[in-house]
Formats: sequence, C-alpha cells, structure tokens
Amino acid sequence: MKLLRLAPENLKFGFMRFRRLSYPMSALLSIISVVLFLTVGMNYGIDFSGGTLLEMRAKSGDADIAAIRNTVDHLGLGTMEVQGFGTPSDVSIRFGTPPAGISADQAGAKVKEALGAQYDVRREESVGPRVSGELVQQGTLGVVVSILAVLAYLWFRFEWQFAVGAIIATMHDLLLTVGFFCVTKLEFNSTSIAAILTIVGYSLNETVVVLDRIREMMRKYKKMPTDDLIDTSVNAVVPRTIMTATTVFLALLALVIFGGEVIRSFSLAMMWGIFVATYSSIFICSPMLIYLGLRNDGSGPGEAPKRPGQT
Amino acid sequence: MQRYAPWKIISIFALILAAFLLIIPSLVGKDSVTRLQSHLPSWVPARQIVLGLDLQGGAHLLLEIDRTDVLKSMVLNLRDQVRGVLTEEKVRPPAVTQITRGWQARVPDPDQRARVLSKLNALAAPTGGLAAGGGSPTYDVKDVGDGSIQVTVTDAGVNDRVRHAIAPSIEVLKRRVDALGTTEPNVQQQGDDRILVEVPGLQDTTQLKELLQGTAKMVFRLVAQPGADPSEYDVLPSTEGGTVNVEKSVMVDGEDLIDAQPSIGQDGNPVINFKFNIRGGQKFAAVTADNVGRQFAVVLDNKVITYPVIRTPILGGSGEISGHFTSESANNLAIQLRAGALPAKLSIVEERTVGPGLGEDSINAGKKAAYVGAALVVIYMLITYGIFGVFANIALAIHISFIFASFVLLGSTLTLPGIAGIVMTIGMAVDANVLIYERIREENHAGRSIIASLDAGFTRAFATIVDSNATMMVVALILLFLGSGPVKGFAWSLIFGIMTSIITAVTMTRMMIALWYAYARPKKLPI
Repeated sequence: MKLLRLAPENLKFGFMRFRRLSYPMSALLSIISVVLFLTVGMNYGIDFSGGTLLEMRAKSGDADIAAIRNTVDHLGLGTMEVQGFGTPSDVSIRFGTPPAGISADQAGAKVKEALGAQYDVRREESVGPRVSGELVQQGTLGVVVSILAVLAYLWFRFEWQFAVGAIIATMHDLLLTVGFFCVTKLEFNSTSIAAILTIVGYSLNETVVVLDRIREMMRKYKKMPTDDLIDTSVNAVVPRTIMTATTVFLALLALVIFGGEVIRSFSLAMMWGIFVATYSSIFICSPMLIYLGLRNDGSGPGEAPKRPGQT
Repeated sequence: MQRYAPWKIISIFALILAAFLLIIPSLVGKDSVTRLQSHLPSWVPARQIVLGLDLQGGAHLLLEIDRTDVLKSMVLNLRDQVRGVLTEEKVRPPAVTQITRGWQARVPDPDQRARVLSKLNALAAPTGGLAAGGGSPTYDVKDVGDGSIQVTVTDAGVNDRVRHAIAPSIEVLKRRVDALGTTEPNVQQQGDDRILVEVPGLQDTTQLKELLQGTAKMVFRLVAQPGADPSEYDVLPSTEGGTVNVEKSVMVDGEDLIDAQPSIGQDGNPVINFKFNIRGGQKFAAVTADNVGRQFAVVLDNKVITYPVIRTPILGGSGEISGHFTSESANNLAIQLRAGALPAKLSIVEERTVGPGLGEDSINAGKKAAYVGAALVVIYMLITYGIFGVFANIALAIHISFIFASFVLLGSTLTLPGIAGIVMTIGMAVDANVLIYERIREENHAGRSIIASLDAGFTRAFATIVDSNATMMVVALILLFLGSGPVKGFAWSLIFGIMTSIITAVTMTRMMIALWYAYARPKKLPI
C-alpha cells in the first residue's frame, strides 16, 4: 500500500532566505493588530464587559428576530443586542448594565417575562462590572505569567538565544491572534483566554521541536554556517510539522462543525493559532537565532545541557 | 528494540484494564450505575464522571458580601456605642450627629473629652487582637478641635467584619439551599468576600435568588406610643404600605426561634407558625404580659411585616405571623427563618444558568465532535503510517480512556471547554507518535538498519517530546492556578492529556512495535 506523504522526501528548501520577506510582513501584521486592538477593539463577551446574556429557543417554529428586537427595545433597558444563534429557532439577547434603578436581575426578569410565552430560556448569564474587571485582570495575568514561566524554562533548557527567539515568536502569535479576534469580531470571553493560552502552548511546542533539532545539528555539524545549519534542521522537521498541524487541524475542524455554538469561537481561534504558530516557528523564531548572533563554530555560547536518552 | 519482559506487558495490560473499569460506569446510563455496582466487587469505584453545570444544566451564582451594607450596619451599631460612652461619662445631652462613615459628638469640657476619647479609643481596638484584626483599629477616633470628637469606621474594620461574616454566611446558605431538596448543591467560599453557590439541575433561579439574598433578620419590637421622643424610635417601612414607628429596643430576637413552618391561617391566607426556645418564649411571655393593648411589630430585614395588637399575653413560646404572604413567599421566609439570619447582606455579582436542554445539546455536540475528530485523525494516521498508524491509533484509544479514567479517579469536573481540551490533547498525543515515526523514517533513510532506526527514533524523539510537553505542562498548570471556571476545566484535561500521552505514545507504542518486530521480522521498514 502506498502511504500518504504531504511533504516531499529529502526536502531542501531555503527557509532562511525568506527572513527578508517574513520579518517586514510579520512586523506589519503585528502593528496592524495592535492598531486594530486600540481602535476597533475586540468584541468582548459579558465575561469581560459585564452585562447579561439570554439565550432563548422558540417553543415552536423559527425565532422571529425582528419581533423580538421590537419587543425588547420597548422595555427601556438600554441597548439590546438581538442575534440569531446556531439553529434558526435560537436567539441570543445581550445587554449591558441596565439604567440606574433597575438591577441586572430585574432587567433579565423583564425580558423573560416579555418573551416567555413563545420562548424557552436555555441559558442566562449575568456578570457584574466588578467581576468582569477581575476576569480581565486574571486573564491578562494568566497570559503574562505563563509566558514568563515558559521563558524561564527555555532559558534553563537551552541557550539564551533560543529562549529569546521562542518568546519573540510567541509574542508574534499572540499579537496576531488578538488581531484575528479584532478582525473577525468573534466573541472574546474567558474561554477565548483558554484558546489564547493554548495557542501560546502550541506555538511553544512547535518552536521547541524546531529548536531541539537545531541544537542537535549544532553538535553534529560544528563547522556548518548558521544559515545552512538552521535550514537543514528546519527541513528535517518539516514533514513532522505538516503532519501534526494537519492532525490538530482535523480535530479542530470537527469541533468547529459539530462542537456547538459555545466553543465555536474557541475552535476557530485555535485553527488560526495553529497556522500562525507553525509559520512563526519556522520563519520568525529560527531566523532570529541568526540575528541574535548564534555562532556555530563549536565554541558556541555555553554548552547545551545534556538531554535525556541522548548518547 | 529490546525484548519486553512478560511482567512489563502484564502490568501495562493491568493498567489499561483498570482504566476501562473506571470509565465503564460513565458509559452506561445513570440508572444502570447502581445495577452495575451490585455486579462489581466493592473496591471498584463505580462512579460516573462529574459533569460541569454547562453540560448537565443548573444554576451557578456568585454572591458577594455587600460592603456598603456592612458599613451601614457598623455605623448604626457605632451610634449606640458612642452614646453609651457619652452617657457613662455624663455628657449632657448625649447627642451625636451623623457624618460620613460615623458620628460626631460635642463634648465641650476638656477633661470630660479626654476621658471620652480614651474610652472610645479602647473601643476602637480590634476585639480579636493583633492576629484577627491585622493590628489596625476598627474605628478611627479623633479630636477635631472645636470641642467635638469624630468616630468613623475604618476600611480595616469593614474588612475584618466581612472576613468574619463569610463562614457563618456559608453555613446559613447551605441550610437554605438544602431546604430546596435538590441533589448535591455546592456552597463554597471564593476569594475573601464571595460565596459560590452551584445547584445542578435547577433552571428557574427566581426562587433560589430570593431565598439566598434576604438576610432574614427577624426581630419583635414594640410599636412606639404616640408622642414618644423621636430619638427613641425608628421609622420603618411596612409591607402593607406606609411607615410604622417602632421602638429601638428589641423585645425578642430571631435568634431565639427554633422552628418556623408555613401553613394556612384561619382566614385562608398563608401564615407562618413559629416557635421560640425556652429563653425566647419566656421573654416573649413577659413582654406581652406587660404590654397588653399595645401593638408589636414583626420586623424582617428592617421592614415591618405586620403589627398586631397584643390582646392577651402570648405564653407557651409559639405564635403565628400573618402578613401579605403568597404561599411561595411564606415558604421562602419559613426556610430563611429556620436556617437563621445572614450576618450581612449578600448581592449577586455573577449568575450563570444553563437549561438542561442546552446542557444535553452541548454534551451531544461535544460527543459528536469528539467522534468525528477522532475518526478523522485515525483515518489520517492509517493512510500515512499504515501498520504503524494502527499502533498509534491503539495508543490513542488508550490515551483517551486514560484521560477519562483520571477524571473519574480524581473526581474532577468535565466541562465543555474540558471536552475541547481533550480534542486538543488528541492532537498533542498524535504529535508524539508523529515525532517518533518521522524520526524512524529519517534514520532509516540515512541508511541505518531497521532495528537501529527504531531504537534511534524512540530515543531521539523522546527528548523532544519531553521538552515540548513540559512547556505545554507549564502553561496548563498556570491555567489551573490562575484560571476560573471554564478555563480550569480546560486546564485539567490538558494536564491529564499531557501526562497520559507521554505514557501511551512512548511506552505503549514502543511495546507494540517491539512485539510486532519480534513476530513479523520485517526485511524493510513499512513507513
């Protein structure tokens, strides 16, 4: 039986030459992401913006979104966001902190009362402004602490250039993911924080696999110029990279299509994350080693620690 | 490839068997579990995976001790204390005026002022001493010059009160939620001043919220007589409309209640029958005997529920409150009175309710995604690696059952993000196998013998697998410690997934390949 190969055998591709193209492009995309984040911003879910979310399903037939919008707009509870959601009979209603004198609780009850005859409440969530502020803090803290911890781990396991390269690549992936959320307007909630952190994890995983190989090659070919050495290493791991990315992609595709509305934004963000992480491990992190002056003359900066199982 | 000792093979099979035993109860229906339990030896923990509220439906409420309310009641309390000190020192008149967070008293005489100040300062020290109060005084006492003294409640004082209110609040909430009769409600502290209440299966939260929020502080106070000094009574709103003047002193406290039950009164409306303990009963009898013909007010959370005339002394320590109750509100109030009063008002700061229908849909969607995702990965591995793909897929199946077994064993909660995490670790587990296989191919292409390629593939890839999984583990652990709810669920499945993927992808695949090699003796590597 002929086995499937997505990457050609004995690939010899000059990945490092692309750094003159990939760096300006990534820099531009990163800047665009930051600008988008500051101007357009993300579509924060109630976890981070505070407010109330009601998810309802029509007791029979399809949801009449126009009629619902008309009904809830006349309740005097501020701006109501009414959207179709998942199946045609589902609808989501979102609103921020109601006007003074009405608690979020009473507001929710009013909406339910107004629509209760034709719609069942499937989910009700309401997050106070103080809690949402704390969730933002917690989320940011989580991302920052995990990056620092991973930096420390890599510093310990590899030479400093590797750790710096890995962190730059990770930050790049993070920025582009933020940009992705700004462009797509996918809801950003606490599950999205989980997605971002998983992207950080996946990105580092990709980077570590490439760096591991570079370090191994450094010990094997002490005289090879750094450019060629990195190219050889990247070429050696490309079949694995493509294979793994495809597998995870397939698993995520199943989540996007069948996993339900609640985790769709999570899965979509992850898909983007895999794409960016694979790209950055090859085109951002590896060339960074050249820029950071990794020398391959056999007396490189510090002897790499011995790896388990290595002879 | 080394030969595998039989004891190694046996212990690996024992591990797999144990995992299957752990997950079987979760695969059968809820009612079959008890039946299953009777067929299994008692040491097998026939438990099902604990599903998060997002999957089984239910209500999740985060309550916070209302600091402004705590401050308000502390300030009110402080008034009596300051007046007490002034009276003791014979300051005439013992009048205090309210300022922000406290009270101001005029004591023009300097000697008297000094004595009052020292007494108030003694009052300000935290009662629990250095350990409990953190060393900062509860009240701030200062001489403002013009013969006046100001006493205000400090932030440290409020913090201290909030800290002490948490544990009794949790007890009271537990008793109230238990009265609902739902299965396995969860009430626990979160942070310094919050309490998490989770009630699986409950969808309509209106009653729950009503039940949780009232402090249910009930006292019996006499209605002030016409022409009484306004400083001796409070003007309280009545549930019947208007206001009632009630005396400041409390006849009987709700703490002396031992029972409260809703029932139907003589006029056919819902009432609450209550019963005092001996002390409360005696006090109630004494006060009612002394005040026949006057009205007494039943005050709940500073609202007058009813204020009947005392016709005859109420002996025997029990009575009936009739207010404008519905049968539901009478029932709620009876539960609250039985459970005791909350030390402070609680406000709902976060609420999440998932209907059982949605929970079921989510499970089904998660299952479907997991099946489809797994099928895609399995097929992809098969067409890429052939027989080696079969080994990888078997390892993958074991990997997934290990994750579920970990959930059962540690009693962790499986949430929707948790299912997403499992799908994610499927990818990570496959990555470990891919790293190994690609390395084997590479070594083989470089001209090594089959056996040398296999060995080199496993040993070399192992270092990379450890590095990449360790970085992932760092991220997962941080998620677990810093994350809340959904993020935590995701972190658990990542952690379980990473741990088991190293075992299954490396050890088990290696064993399968070793056994296959010993059996098939291939002349050429089939990948």
